[in-house]
Amino acid sequence: MSIRHGLLALLERGPMYGYQLRAAFEESTGGAWPLNIGQVYTTLNRLDRDGLVRALAESEAGQRPYEITDGGRAELTLWFATPIDRADRPRDELAIKLALALTTPGVDVRAVVQTQRTASMRMLQEYTRLKGGEQRPADLPWRLVLDAMVFRAEAEIRWLDHCEASLVRHTPIPSQARPATADEPASHDDSRDESGVRR
Amino acid sequence: MNPVLELRGVTRTHGTGETAVHALRDVSLAVAPGELVAVMGPSGSGKSTLLNLAGGLDRPTAGEVCVEGASLGGLSKRQLARLRRRSVGYVFQALNLLPSLTAMENIALPLELDGSGPRASRRAAAEALDEVGLDGLGGRFPDELSGGQQQRVAIARALVGERRLVLADEPTGALDSQTGEAVLRLLRTRVDAGAAGVLVTHEARHAAWADRVLFLRDGVLVDTAGPLARPEDLLESAQ
Ligand SMILES: Nc1ncnc2c1ncn2[C@@H]1O[C@H](COP(=O)(O)OP(=O)(O)O)[C@@H](O)[C@H]1O
Ligand SMILES: [Mg+2]
Repeated sequence: MSIRHGLLALLERGPMYGYQLRAAFEESTGGAWPLNIGQVYTTLNRLDRDGLVRALAESEAGQRPYEITDGGRAELTLWFATPIDRADRPRDELAIKLALALTTPGVDVRAVVQTQRTASMRMLQEYTRLKGGEQRPADLPWRLVLDAMVFRAEAEIRWLDHCEASLVRHTPIPSQARPATADEPASHDDSRDESGVRR
Repeated sequence: MNPVLELRGVTRTHGTGETAVHALRDVSLAVAPGELVAVMGPSGSGKSTLLNLAGGLDRPTAGEVCVEGASLGGLSKRQLARLRRRSVGYVFQALNLLPSLTAMENIALPLELDGSGPRASRRAAAEALDEVGLDGLGGRFPDELSGGQQQRVAIARALVGERRLVLADEPTGALDSQTGEAVLRLLRTRVDAGAAGVLVTHEARHAAWADRVLFLRDGVLVDTAGPLARPEDLLESAQ
């Protein structure tokens, strides 16, 4: 989640100080992405350094509001105009975990998949519960945020189903298996290459 | 609370010997009033078999199925038919609407068969049509309705009256996501009012409306997702 762009979008409404930004951010995402105040100030400092926001004079109460600059506005426009690239995420921990599980001796990949699916399903149930109840028009932005999480969790579960189906013919590597060496092959299974990865 | 539906060690095998298909193996499950249970699993995993057994449309090879405390195996054909009409609402994967009856008549039929007067049955049917967003279309025949509309008629038929057990086999199959969600809300509302429900679906998004989600693999229940224990897990993982 881009806190940076989130804060810029909020400042486009008018100058705000840190605590206001945090409250507004959480409100506009229905509390789904809680921020700590430290994250807010760190992000504001970086935005200031990059010339995207500017600090205004401190109020009598000692609060320092920030306002968006023209540069910040341009950045925000670009953000809204650019589709989110899922590949931009630094890494997909789950995919990496499953890939490692496949090639790590003694790991029951199916159990890993099942555990994850159960957890994802629970999360999906929880989102759905939050979505339930009455549907007030004022809740629409928050419902759309929830729907995004619902569809994402669903995609993950579908991917896990797919992984499980692909695993049907996979024989787990026993826990005592060691990497193959030249004089002592660990396996005669020719469907596995030298690195131990299934083809 | 006594379960509305209970399966005890239920096995269903088709055929014998080498060619036997184990559609369901030693499945135990109890669904309480006010509880909605979703069943997920790949095609051929035994979902429809489980539902057919629960609704008394099929008999187990081994084990016992009880609805409202009555073991289905011990009921006469007549008693079973009565229980199915009165207590069980069923949304079939193939909708099974009667083509020669209007939408309204399709919905009112089980009530009339069960002894309600035609007036009361029609009033209840009209309410059910309204609930699924089809008010005004009661006079149409199934072939005059779209696939999604037919599906909603089938759902109204399953929900009408005082059904204690609602069984739905892929009830959102032909529906767009908005209508599908509306159907799940209906089912949820009915269950919250005290019915027990079993929902078969391959869509996790729809299964998530249930209190418990069961996963079937090759006729075996493999795992269950219940309610989230700690809400803070949700917040952490959403960041
Ligand atoms: N009448 C039948 N005769 C033989 N096999 C059947 C019969 N009905 C179902 N099966 C088999 O039982 C298994 C489970 O079927 P079903 O419950 O319809 O699965 P699902 O609804 O999950 O797709 C499948 O392998 C199917 O081919
Ligand atoms: Mg089926």
